[in-house]
Amino acid sequence: MAQEIRNYTMNFGPQHPAAHGVLRLVLEMDGETIVRADPHIGLLHRGTEKLAESKPFNQSIGYMDRLDYVSMMCNEHAYVKAIETLLGIEAPERAQYIRTMFDEITRILNHLMWVGSNALDLGAMAVFLYAFREREELMDVYEAVSGARMHATYYRPGGVYRDLPARMSQYRESPWHKGKDLKRLNSWREGSMLDFLDAFTDDFPSKVDEYEELLTTNRIWKQRTVGIGVISPEQAQAWGMTGAMIRGSGIAWDLRKKQPYAKYAEMDFDIPVGVNGDCYDRYLVRVEEMRQSNRIIKQCVKWLKANPGPVMVDNYKVAPPKREEMKESMEALIHHFKLFTEGYGVPAGETYCAVEAPKGEFGCYLVSDGANKPFRVHLRAPGFAHLSSIDPIVRGHMLPDVVAMIGTYDLVFGEVDR
Amino acid sequence: MTDMQNTSLAERLAARFGDTLKTSVARNETTAELAAADLLAVATALRDEPGFRFGELVDLCGVDYLGYGQTEWDTTDVTSTGFSRGVEGEAMGRFDWAERPRDVSQPRRFAVVIHLLSVEHNRRLRLRVFCDDDSLPLVPSVTGIWPGANWFEREAFDLYGIVFDGHPDLRRILTDYGFVGHPFRKDFPLIGNVEVRYDAEQKRVVYEPVTSVVPRVLVPRVIRDDADLMQAQAEAADDWRRN
Repeated sequence: MAQEIRNYTMNFGPQHPAAHGVLRLVLEMDGETIVRADPHIGLLHRGTEKLAESKPFNQSIGYMDRLDYVSMMCNEHAYVKAIETLLGIEAPERAQYIRTMFDEITRILNHLMWVGSNALDLGAMAVFLYAFREREELMDVYEAVSGARMHATYYRPGGVYRDLPARMSQYRESPWHKGKDLKRLNSWREGSMLDFLDAFTDDFPSKVDEYEELLTTNRIWKQRTVGIGVISPEQAQAWGMTGAMIRGSGIAWDLRKKQPYAKYAEMDFDIPVGVNGDCYDRYLVRVEEMRQSNRIIKQCVKWLKANPGPVMVDNYKVAPPKREEMKESMEALIHHFKLFTEGYGVPAGETYCAVEAPKGEFGCYLVSDGANKPFRVHLRAPGFAHLSSIDPIVRGHMLPDVVAMIGTYDLVFGEVDR
Repeated sequence: MTDMQNTSLAERLAARFGDTLKTSVARNETTAELAAADLLAVATALRDEPGFRFGELVDLCGVDYLGYGQTEWDTTDVTSTGFSRGVEGEAMGRFDWAERPRDVSQPRRFAVVIHLLSVEHNRRLRLRVFCDDDSLPLVPSVTGIWPGANWFEREAFDLYGIVFDGHPDLRRILTDYGFVGHPFRKDFPLIGNVEVRYDAEQKRVVYEPVTSVVPRVLVPRVIRDDADLMQAQAEAADDWRRN
């Protein structure tokens, strides 16, 4: 007797812990096999682009942090770069090195979050805890330089907000940090922020070894990732993939090498490339990227220690004058007032500026009509393009593989929904 | 991307497509404007022909050119009248849903902007297609050429109401289920149309006209003459950009 079998439709998220925030995935299942995956996004849509159209250019930098809220400064970089391109100004060399360094710090922050949460999704608890140990150190660097641990608003058109601090913040004695423990925690923090980063970068490769020891040869990890979510190079291009997603599929495409910006042309680093295009290869690519970022940070620290200089352009139409100067000079006072009340007009035109954000190409398409507010800002988020490909890729996979796939896309809904 | 490469790209585009494309190069970026009717043929050629090989559609978005170049603060001819306070104007932050500007007919208001990338040649190209009809902006879908365009087109449809002919699944993507209107249009108020709250009596979430916020703009939109000066400088410094 023939039995009627119907497919089962299942709601995955938006409150599922493996949905990385607010993804609602409507899955059509045949047993435990995926027949169709239909992501519903937009639950975190805040209309960032529209908000940016309603305020002067500088006031939107802080919104950029809140897009991909685990790689904050890279988002700022794309937006600031677009404004600078239209204005025809260039940040001083030291600011460019600082940006390069913080882009890479951000990349490590992002990849640590990724490796931790992805491992957690696939059943490995420990990596998450280890990863947050190093994230904490780098968050402190964010805080030292901008005052905020996450949403820094540190990059500004024309440079960065201020120079690197001469002192690194230290732990104070408390019931949780005392005695030998306190001394160990503060041992890197005696000197400047650059000294701290120097010590951090010396130590970090051994930490990456620790994560790798937990995962790279781990049987369960390999069972969950090897051969899962294979993306061919052709598919990767057709779906507009960038970053680790396209590199995992064997295409050595990295904006830092191919269309270098800031100071990447001067940096010595390698681009890891995958072979099979599966989740495991993308994992290996991201782990190696952390090591390469570490190399870049080290080179930047060396240069920044040796070369003091301005970190902001000397153009009062774009950058505020110094406080002392405002006390003496009428011109400076006027510039300050105009800059903070009205902002600056950006020449009419359009540009698309992209940076190699940790998740892929983060681009900012900026249209200006000459006013003090952008006419149109469009933010090209890598996660948006990546997630759109989930349906053809997870078809025929099992339900747990969807979790592996969502993890490997490295999704953050702040940028997918914008 | 050096300057020379880009010029040659513009030249090759002109040689291959003739008058179909209106090509311009600014700030090292090549832009090609074309009619909606030509989009599919041109896009297929751009993807497949060995000289172009734009295998990747990096970005697609809608643009609403309504009010382009309009300001809220008159800075010329004010000697006799004095400066206005900059509180007039029709910027989207200033009106609510009931007072939104209507029947704003402007020739060719909506455009679709596509950013292409050739991984092979390390080149970028921007395509712009203006929609012929303002009341029903219609553009052929490029999902058949670049499947990755799917969500980007859904987004442009959702936010601007641009209809992509031939799109397999043109649903809203970012806004709420059952949302009314296209929020990124310039005549859509910044404060929105409806707000939600939980109604204790009905024991459900209800939608109501916005009352909790009022339209407000802190900084008027201004275009100053020195922007023209800066534009000239910026264009003179065109080769400043290294990528």
